[in-house]
Amino acid sequence: MTLELKQIARTVGAEVWIHPTDLVLEPGRFNILLGTTLAGKTTLMTLMAGLEKPSRGRIFFNGRDVTGEKVQKRNVSMVYQQFINYPNFTVFENIASPLRVARLPEAEIRARVGRIAELLRITPMLDRLPGELSGGQQQRCAMARALVKDSDLILLDEPLANLDFKLREELREELPRLFAERDRVIVYATTEPTEALLLGGHTATMHEGRVSDFGPTERVYRQPKDLITARVFSEPPLNTAPIRIGNGECDFAGSVRWPAPEALGDGEYTLGLRPHHISPIRKDEADVAIESTIKVAEIAGSESIVHFIAFGEHWISQEHGVHPFDPGQRTVMHADMRRAFYFHSDGRLALAPASTAGGEPEAREIA
Amino acid sequence: MRAKWLVPTLYILFLMLPIYWLVSMSFKTTNEILGNFTLWPQNPTLENYRVIFTDPSWYMGYVNSISYVTLNTIISVSAALPAAYAFSRYRFLGDKHLFFWLLTNRMAPAAVFALPFFQLYSAVGLFDTHIAVALAHTLFNVPLAVWILEGFMSGVPRQLDETAYIDGYSFPRFFIRIFIPTIKAGVGVAAFFCFMFSWVELLLAKTLTAVAAKPIAATMTKTASSSGYELGLLAAAGTLTIIPGAIVIWFVRNYIAKGFALGRV
Repeated sequence: MTLELKQIARTVGAEVWIHPTDLVLEPGRFNILLGTTLAGKTTLMTLMAGLEKPSRGRIFFNGRDVTGEKVQKRNVSMVYQQFINYPNFTVFENIASPLRVARLPEAEIRARVGRIAELLRITPMLDRLPGELSGGQQQRCAMARALVKDSDLILLDEPLANLDFKLREELREELPRLFAERDRVIVYATTEPTEALLLGGHTATMHEGRVSDFGPTERVYRQPKDLITARVFSEPPLNTAPIRIGNGECDFAGSVRWPAPEALGDGEYTLGLRPHHISPIRKDEADVAIESTIKVAEIAGSESIVHFIAFGEHWISQEHGVHPFDPGQRTVMHADMRRAFYFHSDGRLALAPASTAGGEPEAREIA
Repeated sequence: MRAKWLVPTLYILFLMLPIYWLVSMSFKTTNEILGNFTLWPQNPTLENYRVIFTDPSWYMGYVNSISYVTLNTIISVSAALPAAYAFSRYRFLGDKHLFFWLLTNRMAPAAVFALPFFQLYSAVGLFDTHIAVALAHTLFNVPLAVWILEGFMSGVPRQLDETAYIDGYSFPRFFIRIFIPTIKAGVGVAAFFCFMFSWVELLLAKTLTAVAAKPIAATMTKTASSSGYELGLLAAAGTLTIIPGAIVIWFVRNYIAKGFALGRV
């Protein structure tokens, strides 16, 4: 079971929603579409499902061309960000609905719905209407309906986005278990880089209707193909600044200098630094001091997110602990330039930090 | 502080006065109505109602009215359902203009259409039938129902449709099994408005009928008999005319405000 998109594109009127895209999605793992709102994740999913026809390109399932096939004929299921259930059906009938349409015998329907409700822990709610359930339960019901039929392709369009934090954590932990050991292609759209990293699998980063990179999630995170990918795959946003390399030194506008990585030749580059690699605290002798003006400091419990102006750009620092600052305050930020990305002026990745450098535990970096 | 209860009380008093007068008159004899001014019936009588319920020329008026109103409500709502779905779900050339144009159908007075309708319905042999009035009333009821239903339908996420298709539902099956039950409040409100407008419309109904399908309101305009005006009878007929509307309002009372907002809450 493999889903293959060949030069798939979608234009609506004069607007290009999806630029020609090639993707090969394998079963047995999460295929994550990562991108901001309006990046084209949902459009790409509706094309995969067959709800919309691509303007160009072909879609193959297991080598079979399914481009023109109606969605009813394809064996897919989908879960949306909004909790979509049939409001006039009970939870049981909601879950049973794809099986009823397929005219399965009543006994088998009961058995399968019972099993899936048990798995999703909504057995006590089977006789209720979806409107009487909490958001988390409604989404479980929608997921149960997607899982109850043995579909070849499951599309999950930001299924956790409308849930509150605790429920999201809880359901996210369950997801791999629910979708494990099934020979089916799973596509999962999300706006959150953290979610992509937690789910693993493969990630396709999307930006303005284009897939900028696709590969194993960790590789895409550590070695993004280009600046756009790195931007999409960074939360809080990636800090960037134009720099020049010459005489073995990186140089920003003659004001900040640090030793250049050996691998890079002289020329213009874009520096990319993740917010957790720049800190109000000096942690290492090699840290580069940067004169900064604080815009605002957000203290989120044990973590501080400090917005400031550095390199003439709006930069962000993410650091453990409480670091209060006043707006407008001048301070020095310490950047760990060994963890910096360097991009060519056309956006291609020039150098990614070696994942072992610095010895920082990776789990912390993700969390 | 007194104005707090004074204003609504006065309002309701003025509002109810004509209706009270009508009901009160319906229990009086015509002599009493024409005679002294009395606040309530001095010799209450059910004679007026007895006449209406026993004389076919009276009660058939109600039967005719209810027939074409029901027919019209069914036709209007069933025609408006697919139309409203198209407006709510699809983009097509001139959709917004067409949608607005529908409403402009309500802007012309019915009198404009009375003469051509009379000629055309006579030509095709539909004159003086229930279906003629029912069809004529769709002129303003279909646009209204489309507007109301479109509002309700647009409140249902498109993903519900997609989920149903993904589950394997065909369009007609989805529409009938899932979509219409989902917007049943909207269907109720649309049906209510169709019922009301068709029930109170007199000009077209009167023009297109003679005897066999004559509406109650038309019957009421012909009460001058050999014994002069039968005001008590007329009052009883008027009272009975209010009842169907009151019953329908009772059923949709919880949705009516939403209906006026055309579902856009």
